[in-house]
Amino acid sequence: MLWETFILAVREIKRHVLRSLLTILGIVIGVASVIIMVTLGSGATVRVTDQIASMGSNLLMVGPGKRMGPGRDSTAPPFKIADAEAIARDISSIAAVAPSSSQSVTAVFGDENWSTTVTGTNNQYLQARNCSIQAGRKFSDSESHAGSAVCIIGETIRQKLFGDQDPVGKRMRLGKLSFLVIGLLEAKGQSSMGTDQDDIVLIPIRALQRRISGNTDVSMILVSVSDGASTEKVKEDIGSLMRERRHLSKNEEDNFNVMDMKEIANMLTGTTRVLTALLSAVAAVSLIVGGIGIMNIMLVSVTERTKEIGIRLAIGALEREVLMQFLVEAVVLSSSGGLFGIVLGLLACLGLKDILQVPFVFNPGIVITAFLFSAAVGVIFGYFPALKAARLDPIEALRHE
Amino acid sequence: MIQSEHSDNKQIIIELQDVKKTYGCDQAVMQALRGINLQIEKGDFIAIMGPSGSGKSTCLNILGCLDTPTEGNYIFNGIKVNELDHNQRAQLRRHYLGFVFQGYNLLSRTSALENVELPLIYRGVPVKERQMLASQALDAVGLKGWEKHTPGELSGGQEQRVAIARAIVTKPEVLMADEPTGNLDTVRSHEIMDLMVELNNKQGITIVMVTHEPDMAAYAKHTVHFLDGLVESDNRNGSKK
Repeated sequence: MLWETFILAVREIKRHVLRSLLTILGIVIGVASVIIMVTLGSGATVRVTDQIASMGSNLLMVGPGKRMGPGRDSTAPPFKIADAEAIARDISSIAAVAPSSSQSVTAVFGDENWSTTVTGTNNQYLQARNCSIQAGRKFSDSESHAGSAVCIIGETIRQKLFGDQDPVGKRMRLGKLSFLVIGLLEAKGQSSMGTDQDDIVLIPIRALQRRISGNTDVSMILVSVSDGASTEKVKEDIGSLMRERRHLSKNEEDNFNVMDMKEIANMLTGTTRVLTALLSAVAAVSLIVGGIGIMNIMLVSVTERTKEIGIRLAIGALEREVLMQFLVEAVVLSSSGGLFGIVLGLLACLGLKDILQVPFVFNPGIVITAFLFSAAVGVIFGYFPALKAARLDPIEALRHE
Repeated sequence: MIQSEHSDNKQIIIELQDVKKTYGCDQAVMQALRGINLQIEKGDFIAIMGPSGSGKSTCLNILGCLDTPTEGNYIFNGIKVNELDHNQRAQLRRHYLGFVFQGYNLLSRTSALENVELPLIYRGVPVKERQMLASQALDAVGLKGWEKHTPGELSGGQEQRVAIARAIVTKPEVLMADEPTGNLDTVRSHEIMDLMVELNNKQGITIVMVTHEPDMAAYAKHTVHFLDGLVESDNRNGSKK
């Protein structure tokens, strides 16, 4: 009997193609939009988290002044290479220490030139920033000590200056000086703050100090904490070591700062979480709008079908048989619309994944929620008006035009 | 369910006892039926006549269990219909009654065959048998070859014949017809009436027909005149035609 009702329901749906499509449309739009928004939202969160991880999640940045960024106290004494060496020597649970200083320069090769930032540092910088060499080599010990005129370049520099040529072994000019390219870094893409992480030239820090900036300052020390070690502990240790080295008395404030990448990471994931919540709210609105669409079509079609209900009752259908038919029709329509919406939503996400550069994160919970909500709306608003009509005396239902 | 209270050869299948029907409430009460007493024998062919507003359609709807009387008793085959509930009345319609409406009331976009099959579906007749019975019924009303056509593709007379086929496919005890020829021209009307007479004679189906055309009423064995919600006269027709 149920199978027969199902067959009849499908036949009835086929007979009223337009009405059925309109009903389905509301469900498809509701389900698809929720899936798209939530999937893209969680994708964006994952992407930001990944990027922060790629910057080196165990990273501490030690800089002079009370805080980093604009408004920093320029009167605070700068760090020297010796400070970085002291950290490496005296503090435990450290994987890498890299003093670094940067300077804007124009890089020139052949006819091409490119404004970039040159960073003086050591090999441990690569480890601290999760960079790796794709061609060539790192600095040798003697090059680091002597401050030789050698450089490792990022992918953007290679594209802008060298085009199709292999840069390793070529000489390029940084400002007024000629440097030998010894290595090429693996591409990292954009950072979560939108800066190009491949627009980079690394040279030994002594080379920068001696040949370009002309002083012995270190603007920042990057410290990578060993896996499993407490970042907080290392942060405190560095703090007390630096206070000691800078001869600060107990009642003086720090004239340097130690910044934790985790703080930045938390800040950024917090932002994307807010964005995801916002997207979800928009998605919920579209689900409700879709639900209202389903509701309207269902109400209109049942009102329109009151006469049909009357005919069926008049020729001997029981109330429950008529209701079963409407229920099965509503379930078939709602669930096929829901399934179509899921497929459409997921396909749209797969299509947008590359355009928006957001990974595809499948969230079964939201798929089920969206499906159940739309299906429930379809079934409820298909069923209850039919219930009302089926309880009328047949003649009442038949008079309905 | 069927039990006879009358042992004589004139078996009463339908009896109305002082049936009243009012519409509206309080000030705006409209009395459609003001106390109808009527007995219909099994195998009879009765025509209910009367001017519009005399309550003849209301009475037929009550007889067909599509509507319920406000007061009075309706006894069908010994069963007190006015004491039945919604579902029991549906059972009664399903098993004993066939109804032909003035406005046909066929399901649109549904083929003639499927329309005729409908009452059989609710009776739980298997697909094969159901299709066979439905095409036989269509054949009986002269619509062989029109099975696949939907009401939109049929003429008024053909639609009415599909409606009759739908009403007789279950071989009902009683066939109710509300102005079955109301929308048809004279030639078609007489065809339909011949069909009704044949059903009455050959299959022994009791027929109750509402009409306002004396020509059509003349086909019946019995004519009841309604006026202002009351039975005015009840005449046995001479055997014409």
